[in-house]
Amino acid sequence: MSVTPDQVLDCSGMACPMPILKTKKAVDALQIGQVLKMIATDPGSVSDMDAWTKKTGHELVGQEQSGGTYVFYIRRAK
Amino acid sequence: MSETSTRIAIIAGHGTLDAAYPPLILATAALAMDMEAAIFFTFYGLEILKKDHADELKVAPIANPAMPMPVPNIIGMLPGMTSVATSMMNNWMKKAHVAKAGELLEMALESGVRLIACQMTMDVMGYKKEDLIDGIEIGGAATFLEFASQNAITLAF
Repeated sequence: MSVTPDQVLDCSGMACPMPILKTKKAVDALQIGQVLKMIATDPGSVSDMDAWTKKTGHELVGQEQSGGTYVFYIRRAK
Repeated sequence: MSETSTRIAIIAGHGTLDAAYPPLILATAALAMDMEAAIFFTFYGLEILKKDHADELKVAPIANPAMPMPVPNIIGMLPGMTSVATSMMNNWMKKAHVAKAGELLEMALESGVRLIACQMTMDVMGYKKEDLIDGIEIGGAATFLEFASQNAITLAF
């Protein structure tokens, strides 16, 4: 992944809706343009992070999956 | 991105553990999605707002064929079966790493979800303001409708 995250948030082991709630808090704490790396184990987070970024207007700049771990890179857009 | 509904208005009318979750999850998630949310707690839904009570809510095994481990009604009616079903459900939820209802309620308050207790059903059920958690509003149908009428998604549980 070419994006270097400014913050890392580990939501491993959390179920809906916690990854979304924690991500919201973490992105709000970023400066505009900074990137959050969010790690989750909830398979539902793939769909949820897509929906969350669509609704909030923040940018999902990358995502990775290995085994049961999902990694999202989110850039604060506003 | 098109601007659509930015509000969700939810009615919580049931006081069982399973019924408490959808309103709390949807309302907290809505705030996280830059939306506004209000939950109107009416009739048994008031149970959820009782002080120190959100983590004590129960699941009834009787007439509930959808339990992961269905209990025949003839057994579900026995004394103590509600407690048994409730601890089973709590264990399953713990294994799935689901947040406790009390945690979600706290997050709802913290994030700015409007929690409205129905005055009329408080009177019916004999609840006083001090029986319910702090930080909530008390209101009637008009309070809920005024919020809901402004382009809200409306759901009832």
